[in-house]
Amino acid sequence: MSILLDGDTRVLVQGITGRMARFHTRDMIDYGTNVVAGVVPGKGGEEVEGVPVFDTVKAAVEATGAEASLVFVPPPFAADSIMEAADAGIRYCVCITDGIPAQDMIRVKRYMHRYARARRMVLTGPNCAGTISPGKALLGIMPAHIYLPGHVGIVGRSGTLGYEAASQLKALGIGVSTSVGIGGDPINGSSFKDILERFVEDDDTHAIALIGEIGGPQEAEAAAFIQEHVSKPVVAYVAGLTAPKGRTMGHAGAIISAFGESASEKVEILLAAGVTVAEHPALIGETIAGVMNETA
Amino acid sequence: MDIHEYQAKEILSNFGIKVPPGALAYSPEQASYRAHELGGERWIVKAQVHAGGRGKAGGVKLCDSDHDIQLACEGMFGRKLVTHQTGPEGKGIYRVYVEAAVAIEREIYLGLVLDRSSQRVMIVASAEGGMEIEDISAERPDSIVRAIVEPAVGLQDFQAREISFALGLEPGLTAQMVSTLQGCYRAFTDLDATMVEVNPLVITKDRRVLALDAKMTFDDNALFRHPNISELRDKSQEDPRESRAGDRGLSYVGLDGEIGCIVNGAGLAMATMDTIKLAGGEPANFLDIGGGATPERVAKAFRLVTSDSNVQAVLVNIFAGINRCDWVAEGVVTALREVKLEIPVIVRLAGTNVTEGQKILARSGLPIIRADTLMQAAERAVAAWRNTAAERDASVTDEPVATASPARARAKVDVPPEEVR
Repeated sequence: MSILLDGDTRVLVQGITGRMARFHTRDMIDYGTNVVAGVVPGKGGEEVEGVPVFDTVKAAVEATGAEASLVFVPPPFAADSIMEAADAGIRYCVCITDGIPAQDMIRVKRYMHRYARARRMVLTGPNCAGTISPGKALLGIMPAHIYLPGHVGIVGRSGTLGYEAASQLKALGIGVSTSVGIGGDPINGSSFKDILERFVEDDDTHAIALIGEIGGPQEAEAAAFIQEHVSKPVVAYVAGLTAPKGRTMGHAGAIISAFGESASEKVEILLAAGVTVAEHPALIGETIAGVMNETA
Repeated sequence: MDIHEYQAKEILSNFGIKVPPGALAYSPEQASYRAHELGGERWIVKAQVHAGGRGKAGGVKLCDSDHDIQLACEGMFGRKLVTHQTGPEGKGIYRVYVEAAVAIEREIYLGLVLDRSSQRVMIVASAEGGMEIEDISAERPDSIVRAIVEPAVGLQDFQAREISFALGLEPGLTAQMVSTLQGCYRAFTDLDATMVEVNPLVITKDRRVLALDAKMTFDDNALFRHPNISELRDKSQEDPRESRAGDRGLSYVGLDGEIGCIVNGAGLAMATMDTIKLAGGEPANFLDIGGGATPERVAKAFRLVTSDSNVQAVLVNIFAGINRCDWVAEGVVTALREVKLEIPVIVRLAGTNVTEGQKILARSGLPIIRADTLMQAAERAVAAWRNTAAERDASVTDEPVATASPARARAKVDVPPEEVR
């Protein structure tokens, strides 16, 4: 098992005719992802990398049974595309797009709530690197070769810092069940807690790595959830110990504006919840190896 | 993006919020003339800078005469205002706002923010007006009233009334308070703000609800649909290096350390800074060069990072995903040949095609210090910085002129004007 995505998941790519989207569609197909459709309004009937293109998500879902979607649509139109996917019955959507207005994301989240929980689409991102279930499928832009199949679930806000963690694990011969990027924006589809809930129920995930950063309440929420509901070992790292207060560090969401949002405060909160914290980024792999040996 | 008080007041008054009569001035003479135009006997002269805490820092003066206005203006124009929000370098004062003084009975704090817990717009108000919200939440947390707005239907009048009564406003003021709150909410959502703060919102002795100060911050990601707001940008209030970086599509934040950083990805960039600190150094900047590290982009990044005269070593940390290390290495080599740095450069490459990348760096013949892991890179950068610092100290006594780098010489011209405290 893996969470959110496996080798059978039928995937569609929104905005597939763009340069980036074409490149990553090829990459995903080569990895074994079951890409069945693309959607670009007005380009229905074309083909990209052997994948049929449709005008609307509804038409693509009807024709191909697509269940998951990857959004590569430019920021002014991305929110609309996510809502289109939610309305067409897509089960899981990953939005790669960076730079979506925060109020558009507020509208997206409100819109998704018009569906009952059982029918509601799961969204990760925006501004994330995507999700990979190593050895099975890739729904995103990460370099797949740095992930070994295995039993560590990774959830993180930053793309390249997630790569750093996965490659440290690979160097130690440790594999990953699923790695999920939740993105660097202040209003995002899924929180750390949302993804942790799934890892808890996944038999294939034996340990969890949580890679956070400064800004926002989601690491603290995760800590509270872990304390109450997670018996699997959790290792965390929080980037931004040296970040000054009140300055945005690259990600729109990486800004310390309230108590509990600095890296050192988040580390304290996570430690208090019983999480093992890697003191610095070069230690993420070793720290995970340590907790896995303890439980093994 | 931040704007000035006078701009925020103009915007808010278009949404029905009442503000005192006021006028902008670019010189002391203009300020006097504007005060004369406004009429009355008392005015407030307010330095227009992108920072809070102006009052305590001497950026807000109550004036009873033309002479007072002249004195206040002389203390402001061309100087830098240092408040607890500006950092020690302060912000330049190039415009002042002259406002008719009003007789105040009560001050209220009012703020609208993007609440990340509820992922909605939240209204925050407190009867403790005039204080900073951080201080209110530390000292009088029970005085804070909050309301979360349901995005599908917007702010409801009953929510605004609840706030008004919770603040203890008399019933005769409810209607004014409701229209003030509704106006702020509409300005927030119509213009894609991320923050609207009216502090203080005052009740005057003649029973009016007035915005005495106003601050607005806008979502940079939404400026594409608000050209009128983009026009309000004032680059004199920004760190020039950060503006330049932004114009080139790089994300840069200047810090106080000596080790410059060039990294792809915001999270990895912060992690790199943390590792430098752990190794005993101090990062000089945050810099995310994003995906697609072309030689031009890497060269731009080098120029930007080394324009900071404090930088004594540069650490490049690239985890190539969609990028390939061999391309990044070509970029670094091209950039170094072009920029001709005299300080040590440490390069750590990881990910796709890393061996080819290392070969390119080795073959270039450039004095690049290579590292395989993040920790190694940080340790080597700190060691290299200590060496250059020691050499520099030694050579300063011998031949002080020769060691001044062009960057240092440029920095010397830019002597900050006297600070207003």
